[in-house]
Amino acid sequence: MDAVAATALSHRNLLGIADLTPEEIVLVLDTAEAMQEVGRRAIKKVPTLRGRTVVNLFFEPSTRTRTSFEIAEKRLSADTLNVAIASSSVVKGETLVDTALNIEAMAPSMIVLRHASSGACHLLSRICKAAIINAGDGMHEHPTQALLDAFTIREHKRRISGLKIAIVGDLLHSRVLRSNLLLLRKLGAEVWVCGPATLIPPGLERLGVHVTTRVDEAVEGADVVMMLRIQLERMQGGFFPSLREYFRTFGMTEERVRRAKPDVIIMHPGPINRGVEIASEVADGPYSVILEQVANGVAVRMAVLYLLAGGGDDEAVV
Amino acid sequence: MKRLFKGGRVVDPANGVDEHLDVLIDGDRVVEVARDLPVSRADGGAIVDVPSGFVICPGFIDMHVHLREPGQEHKETVATGTLSAVAGGFTAVACMPNTRPVNDNAGVTQLILQKAREAGLARVYPIGAVSRGQKGEELADIAELREAGCVAVTDDGLPIATAILARRALEYTSMFGMPVIEHCEDQSLKGEGVAHEGPVASSLGLKGIPGAAEAITAGRDILLAEMTGGHLHIAHMSAWTTLEAVRQGKARGVRVTAEVCPHHFTLTDDMLAAPIPYDSNTKMNPPLREARDRDAMLAGIADGSVDVIATDHAPHHYDEKNVEFDRAPFGIVGLETAVPICLDRLVRAGVIRLPRLVELMSVNPARILKVPGGSLAPGAIADITVLAPDLPVTIDRAALKSKSKNTPYHGWSFTGGVAATIVGGRIVHVSPGAGWPTRAD
Amino acid sequence: MPVVMDADRISRALTRIAHEILERNHGIDGVSLVGVRSRGVPLARRIAAVLGNVSREDVATGALDITLYRDDLMRTAVGPQPVVRKTEIPFSIDDRTIVLVDDVLYTGRTTRAALDALIDFGRPRAIQLVVLVDRGHRELPIKADYVGKNVPTSRKESVQVRLEELDGVDEVSVEVGE
Repeated sequence: MDAVAATALSHRNLLGIADLTPEEIVLVLDTAEAMQEVGRRAIKKVPTLRGRTVVNLFFEPSTRTRTSFEIAEKRLSADTLNVAIASSSVVKGETLVDTALNIEAMAPSMIVLRHASSGACHLLSRICKAAIINAGDGMHEHPTQALLDAFTIREHKRRISGLKIAIVGDLLHSRVLRSNLLLLRKLGAEVWVCGPATLIPPGLERLGVHVTTRVDEAVEGADVVMMLRIQLERMQGGFFPSLREYFRTFGMTEERVRRAKPDVIIMHPGPINRGVEIASEVADGPYSVILEQVANGVAVRMAVLYLLAGGGDDEAVV
Repeated sequence: MKRLFKGGRVVDPANGVDEHLDVLIDGDRVVEVARDLPVSRADGGAIVDVPSGFVICPGFIDMHVHLREPGQEHKETVATGTLSAVAGGFTAVACMPNTRPVNDNAGVTQLILQKAREAGLARVYPIGAVSRGQKGEELADIAELREAGCVAVTDDGLPIATAILARRALEYTSMFGMPVIEHCEDQSLKGEGVAHEGPVASSLGLKGIPGAAEAITAGRDILLAEMTGGHLHIAHMSAWTTLEAVRQGKARGVRVTAEVCPHHFTLTDDMLAAPIPYDSNTKMNPPLREARDRDAMLAGIADGSVDVIATDHAPHHYDEKNVEFDRAPFGIVGLETAVPICLDRLVRAGVIRLPRLVELMSVNPARILKVPGGSLAPGAIADITVLAPDLPVTIDRAALKSKSKNTPYHGWSFTGGVAATIVGGRIVHVSPGAGWPTRAD
Repeated sequence: MPVVMDADRISRALTRIAHEILERNHGIDGVSLVGVRSRGVPLARRIAAVLGNVSREDVATGALDITLYRDDLMRTAVGPQPVVRKTEIPFSIDDRTIVLVDDVLYTGRTTRAALDALIDFGRPRAIQLVVLVDRGHRELPIKADYVGKNVPTSRKESVQVRLEELDGVDEVSVEVGE
């Protein structure tokens, strides 16, 4: 059985799944269900965050996550402000700290931050009074992605606890992996992670997951298979010899999918590299829930915005 | 002028001394150390009754300090750095050459010495660069550097770039009896690493530097020292695998010495996650490692495999450190936290006894750098560190004399501290509230 | 804790209200019920059951969660957000007479939020309001069309409605304190 929902989130920020209890995770998922219903109405808007300003501060380009947050904010009637910092500005010396102080001066309620440095959200939370939502910090965490992944799994499987979930790909550099791993373990899933030995961060077993370099072993009897993006720029690091070799050894093909349970769902945080981590037929096939993940992102992000918008106790600054 | 210090516990291991004795100094020299010297010996000079429990030892020498001048005076200057040094109980420091411009010529060396003279606080022994511009291509003019006053050479910040250059450096310096000080770190393994490669870096999403990166370069250099007969000194050792290589080298008779910094025998990479996640005051190179490495450093300090405790005092301006973890520069200050840490976590904790601490912080640095100090025998320079081993000390970054405040120990409490610092017979520092009965000169 | 309505009184009140709805709307053609969460929902279902028995037709019933429309949500800075539940209105409300059902009418703000929510769903021909208890102290110009019982209270008191479906017992009581 999954945990019983909490009645509130105890921290004022969402910096990572690491700070959430299983009960808080279930609260977010339950709230997301209610938000999902708003998205099915003709008028997809509720007045809940009216008059609140939410700043989307993105230091890394991202269409998918940013638009998802923006839609979520607008559905809650918040005023959104998109600040996209091109990497050239950073080179020119426009630091995170200075940008944040300038934005603070406009007194936003919440800042959604995506940044290339792990720990950037922690730094921001020490500077800004606004509630901080982590939209992806370096290689560290991407908590709303893990929450929408869990939401998607729950929609199909009714629960997380006891499922066998395989996560395949570049484990070393993936913030999606770290968030998912923490969340799925907190809710009691059996998690298998798989990738080339050159891309396995040390100490993963300590988090209670099975680590393997053999994708067949990971996928065998799995309820859920989650593919991680191979970032093509990894090639420079010499982590594996070629994309072709990667696909042959770790790519999710129809044949490999057959080793999983007959009602398996295939997931991917996107954007997908067809023919690298996943075959086109699998991405577009009947087991794939990739597009649902995108749709669920809005409901989950609405839930997070709502739950953090109460303001919370200043003492619980995390 | 004469000064007579009466009744302190004199710990002078170079001369086999550890008992309550009186110390008579005249001008900048020690005249006599003996029991119950009559006060008339002071010839009208000052008589100081050393408070009970205080320890008189040969002045501490920090052989790994970044004074940042010339070129980065916003972080520290020779004046503020030597002020920080004497506040921390150090009578002398050896300063690193990675200044701007690099100290690879007599001009920069002379500038540093001039500034030290003007400040008139701790002695400063410049360390010159191994390679021109620290570029790792060709040897710097090492003889010129030595003549100007350098006591050693290093490319610290980086290892010596190639085995062949390291060999040449060891051979060349052996002509002058100078040690080559090495920052051991294989650069290809280091990559873009910012933290120790291990479970903590994995869960924080930080790129890792494996302990093996240090051990591999150390292994290379130890073999080269063996081959050439040169003197290799391993800076800021942090990994248990490096210590193993050092032990084996010493057993074979290689002229290798090694230093450890206080943070590497007290902290681990857990500090990066808590209490302040991604606190850049926990970022330095070599990084904080795992418990096994920390415990190995303690064992090495206890069993003699470690020769020196040095701080690697690396001041950085607040704005430079107050950024994302991976963008922050490596380094923490250490001159004013070293003595409390060592007294509390080594001596009081029972890892070593006080005479051994004096060896690590005075006798051995003096011997390795071939500079005066490390002893209170008659005729020795009157550089004295007065310790108060029962003094409660709480580290307050705002109170540090260094220009920079980048320390992870803010708010930490220790038992043991510096009471006073005497350089060349002059009392250059008295710690407020420690109980030392005189003021500074 | 004086009990002002027991199970019997509640049952009779709901039955009477059902008849009043039929009378006022000349039957239940074009009429649907929407219960305001949480306790308005079982009340709405019970009324629908009575209406169904009398008119021999099923009356569509929905559940409305008004948390996201409350005007007090973001104003009190301290404290956790109230839990949001799903709204389930599986029919179109356009051109229908919607009978909103809630347990207690007090300041009228909940009803205002429910009206806002409903109007986002569509354009009903008319909206009527059923409450089991009207305790007075209106802060907005809101009036119930059907009232189970008028229970005058002071501001220091609170009205607790317990229903079998959610609380295991049917009872309305007045208690001191919030």
